[in-house]
Amino acid sequence: MKGAPLRVYAILYLLFLYAPIALLPLFAFNDATIIAFPLAGFTTHWFTDLAANTALRQAVGNSLFIAAMTAIFATLLGLCAARAGAMARFPGKGGIIGFVMLPLVLPEIIVAVSLLIMLRQVLGLNLNNWTVISAHVLICTPFSIAILNGAFQNLDPSIEGAAMDLGESRFSAFRLVTLPLVMPGIVSSMLIAFTISLDEFIIAFFLTGANPTMPVYIWGLLRFPAQLPVVMALGTILVALSIALLVIAEFFRRRGLARAGIKDQGGFL
Amino acid sequence: MGLGHFTKSEGGRAALLLAPPFLYALALLALPLLAVLLFSFWTQDFMTIDTSFTLANYREFFDKPIYGVLLGRSLMVSGIVTLVTVLLAYPVAYFLSFHVRSERKSLWLFLITIPFWTSYLIRVFLWKVILGYNGVINSGLIGAGLIEEPLSFILYNVNAVIITLAHAFAPFAILPIFVALEKIDRSLIEASRDLGETRVTTFLRVTLPLSMPGLVATVLIVFIPTIGDYVTPELMGGAGGKLIANMIQTQFLQLNNAPMGAAIAIVAMISVTAIALVFVALNRRWLRGRG
Repeated sequence: MKGAPLRVYAILYLLFLYAPIALLPLFAFNDATIIAFPLAGFTTHWFTDLAANTALRQAVGNSLFIAAMTAIFATLLGLCAARAGAMARFPGKGGIIGFVMLPLVLPEIIVAVSLLIMLRQVLGLNLNNWTVISAHVLICTPFSIAILNGAFQNLDPSIEGAAMDLGESRFSAFRLVTLPLVMPGIVSSMLIAFTISLDEFIIAFFLTGANPTMPVYIWGLLRFPAQLPVVMALGTILVALSIALLVIAEFFRRRGLARAGIKDQGGFL
Repeated sequence: MGLGHFTKSEGGRAALLLAPPFLYALALLALPLLAVLLFSFWTQDFMTIDTSFTLANYREFFDKPIYGVLLGRSLMVSGIVTLVTVLLAYPVAYFLSFHVRSERKSLWLFLITIPFWTSYLIRVFLWKVILGYNGVINSGLIGAGLIEEPLSFILYNVNAVIITLAHAFAPFAILPIFVALEKIDRSLIEASRDLGETRVTTFLRVTLPLSMPGLVATVLIVFIPTIGDYVTPELMGGAGGKLIANMIQTQFLQLNNAPMGAAIAIVAMISVTAIALVFVALNRRWLRGRG
């Protein structure tokens, strides 16, 4: 068959991609403190340890709050930019959009140190959840724009024009006609921003206050070997959760494409 | 003249809509970057910042060999990671674009992206489990009787950092190359075959040059961010595998010397940008030379 060696290679490559996370559940249910082979036996007590850990619960709570706020604000800014992107040109528009997309190709440590200097040294603010949120909104907005661009470009602009001809105001035409059509894009943008923020460590480590985020807390745990199985249990839950979120995001994206009457072209980016 | 004037034309309304994200990026990206530049010309005087203009931080950077060594190692690691990632990913993207039926493509892309939406820290740590002294590879090879002693060259050095980063950036390489390959007009390839080129020369003379925009995007998307990662070198690199981002992090968070950290960040950013620009220029020239 044509392309058979390539298919074998692609499958091997997928195995390479999945190798690390395939180990997670193995060690999460393994009855030994040391993360190594051979496996010792089945246990669920790492999960009960996890549930009993109040510091971790607090870190997860912080991260969920930060991720939710980031998802909302990044999607709002993304909506503005994507909507403007689908409208008439004006001088400097391309440059401005390029500038807003810049965090996509900037090393994260540069974003981290520049915000640390700005917020801490120049403005003299205390670091807290909102300092992390402000940075996460900055890095998630380009992803929201990319996703929402797709949603707006699939849209026929004459539909909104028709609503206005029939007597709706500009705002109500947007709310009643455009918004429902791009809603799947909004949902998937929020889910992607939520997932990115929940997992982001490099910037959060610089900007987190007295209450660490979940990745910052995990970073601390990685130095204590006795805590590692608990980290594995947590990782297993996170993997299951993010797969669930992604499946939902993908479902909404496809439904959006189906509503706009477009043939599916592929993944998120 | 007021808001009303703006909202009359569609271009004006677009500008108004674009204002919030633009102002946000201005306040939280452009101004902070300027602040970093400014700080790099100041010095840390114990607990306070001495705001007299000086090149002392930059002089220290070029006088003390440690900084140059770290920057050189960082650029080398990023370069190798980029090369490895692109070489490993290109065949997968090619397979996806040319050999997978179109209704199955999004499933493949989905499968490729899923592992990367899970905790980065935990993924890096799991590579330690795979490559470690009692790790999966060593116990597997010993169990199979292929080696007597665990291999030690695969953890706590630059190799381990490269393997882990090449894994972490895989989807960022596959997706842009795939998109570029999808855009190629298939009749060009048929024409090349009809005109007597073999499959290999068709690939080299038609497919590869036409997929170049995706390759260039990939190189930039992988090369630039890998410079900014301090997690992987910290966990995988051991003493000899630390990179420039570790030094920036240390200056800011442990040594409390923000101006020196700022100067290192500026030098690192300029080096990365310069290399990226040279790469893009060389690539343009190569493509023009062929066309």
